[in-house]
Amino acid sequence: MNIHEFQARELFAEFGVATQPGRVANTPEEAEKVASGLGKGKLVVKAQIHAGGRGKGTFKNGFKGGVHLCDTSAEARDLASKMIGQVLVTHQTGPEGKEVGKIFVGEAVDIARELYFAILIDRATSVPVVIASTEGGVDIEAVAEKSPEKILRLPVNPFLGLMPYQTRIIASSLGLTGPLMNQAAKLFANLYRLFIERDCSMVEVNPLVVTTDGRLMALDAKFNFDDNALYRQPSIVAMRDITEEDPREVEASKHSLNYIGLDGNIACLVNGAGLAMATMDIIQHAGGSPANFLDVGGGASREQVASAFRIILADTRVKGILVNIFGGIMDCDVIAHGIVEAAKETGLSIPLVVRLEGNNVDAGKKTLESSGLKLESGQNILDAAQKIVAAVKAA
Amino acid sequence: MSILVTPDTKVLIQGITGSFGARHAKLSLDYGTKVTAGVTPGKGGQLFENRVPIFDTVDQAVRETGATVSAVFVPPPFAADAILEGVAAGLELVVAITEGIPVMDMMRVKEAMKGSKTRLIGPNCPGLVTPGSGEKSHGGCRIGIAPGYIHKKGNVGVVSRSGTLTYEAVWQLTTRGYGQSTCVGIGGDPINGTSHLDVLKMFNEDPETEAIIMIGEIGGTAEEEAAAWAAEHCRKPIAGFIAGATAPEGRRMGHAGAIVSGGHGTAASKIAALRAAGIEIAETPSDMADALIRRMKR
Repeated sequence: MNIHEFQARELFAEFGVATQPGRVANTPEEAEKVASGLGKGKLVVKAQIHAGGRGKGTFKNGFKGGVHLCDTSAEARDLASKMIGQVLVTHQTGPEGKEVGKIFVGEAVDIARELYFAILIDRATSVPVVIASTEGGVDIEAVAEKSPEKILRLPVNPFLGLMPYQTRIIASSLGLTGPLMNQAAKLFANLYRLFIERDCSMVEVNPLVVTTDGRLMALDAKFNFDDNALYRQPSIVAMRDITEEDPREVEASKHSLNYIGLDGNIACLVNGAGLAMATMDIIQHAGGSPANFLDVGGGASREQVASAFRIILADTRVKGILVNIFGGIMDCDVIAHGIVEAAKETGLSIPLVVRLEGNNVDAGKKTLESSGLKLESGQNILDAAQKIVAAVKAA
Repeated sequence: MSILVTPDTKVLIQGITGSFGARHAKLSLDYGTKVTAGVTPGKGGQLFENRVPIFDTVDQAVRETGATVSAVFVPPPFAADAILEGVAAGLELVVAITEGIPVMDMMRVKEAMKGSKTRLIGPNCPGLVTPGSGEKSHGGCRIGIAPGYIHKKGNVGVVSRSGTLTYEAVWQLTTRGYGQSTCVGIGGDPINGTSHLDVLKMFNEDPETEAIIMIGEIGGTAEEEAAAWAAEHCRKPIAGFIAGATAPEGRRMGHAGAIVSGGHGTAASKIAALRAAGIEIAETPSDMADALIRRMKR
């Protein structure tokens, strides 16, 4: 789950992580009010959408840039009026863009140094790792590639947590000395507490900045939360903004289906995540292009198959469907009835190839053959993939 | 021999009275697995299916029945506690089937298990099967949720992160006449108890295992590590398959661990690592058993 920038700042405030003063606004009037409550210096106004590249984006009304600096609260109001309710297109939103509902108004800061600080759970060692670098504000992957010596990796004992001496090691490696060391120790400790207490899988502060007047603060942050832990994080769940999510994925999650939309035109419906990924791969291997990842779960009930069909068919780019089910414990005949019902109910008019294997598979195949539906059976996964690719190309 | 469990292994099931646990406990009993105890706090003294005694604690179940292995079916909020209860009771092996355990919980479980003699498999895994010698491999040890009948007693070891891909591989082997020593699903979570490498080492030492299928997927570097070890030390032919070549970066593909980020954990890098280690690559999931047969004849 992702959150907005202003929500990240609210989390920082809750945990005592220093950040630039400012607040979210829903209207131009509110933006003016927020701005007039801030300090005398320059102000920054930022469109709130999940996608990156906001500063270089363009609104569909022609207004350039989702991030602007200004001097007065009246100017902040004017900028807000050009952003709120408008659609912002960035390199991450795709050409359709995202409507901006809220903006963040904050005090602009004069930056002396840009640093990088992140905490994530390292799979190889199964413990949290702090990653820090003097090279902030840029792509950290590129830094890791070109100059790995500029990156500090510090493992944390999960039972001890981030120790004060470790915060000093990090601060020292970032050249944060004197009064900045104390600020850093506090910021790192609080951020670690936030990471643990809110079940994050990653917190990335980029950049962490030192201002020209000697303050250390988190200027921008990216959070990833562990979906498995959301049941015990009601305050994080409340931050979910479903307008930022793919509506097909939102609908699928209501039916306990695991769906991810892709760009191709051959939809697939599979039981099990590994097999679902492998099915996407084999569609491409056969010369086609997968429209989605869809795991109906190891069980694959009749109702789930029907909901899956509706979600797949709501996507107008879909020109064919490949169903790939290994019915280990589930009865293939029950699944076959589910497929037939769903296809009839949705008035299926595009090619459908079904590959069934497993428990009671012969009865299942008979059910499909005698259904009167226009469908093909695949002998194995490769055969099924080749058949659906051929059918879509012929259509 | 097989690895980890034999048809004589005494198994206990934590969460035996929940609908999920009960269903699969029954299927394991039907398969001929020695399910000797169940654990559900508050239901001690009752019987499951009129024959398996239920205990309040794992410790009691172990003392009274001599069970050495547990399958954990309890819901995610209580699963970490259930795993550690099995560890505290001195079990040899805990197999965590539960899907959806918070990663922070698993991090603490791993740390708490350091130095213990218990091995953990999973979580979020289909479990493991050592096939028996009866009809449709009846009489084997089935721990978890895999369909028992698709197996056949034999000499191929299978290790995988994914459930249904494991069943595909097993079914392909069985229908081609190749039986299995043990099939292990290690689970799709980013933090798990047993890695591909751990299982490869066990297969390498197991006299009954003559060849190995290793199934991986995008995310992490566990497959690369296993391949690097195999290149130096594994004496047995291996075939490999990696799922997720078409998965977009930054999206979690069903399994919490199946995610490509920052260009790491891609299918291409894993396939290259497997090839470099002399592992025969299955180009598609239909090709897993055939790839192994090619490799065995090479």
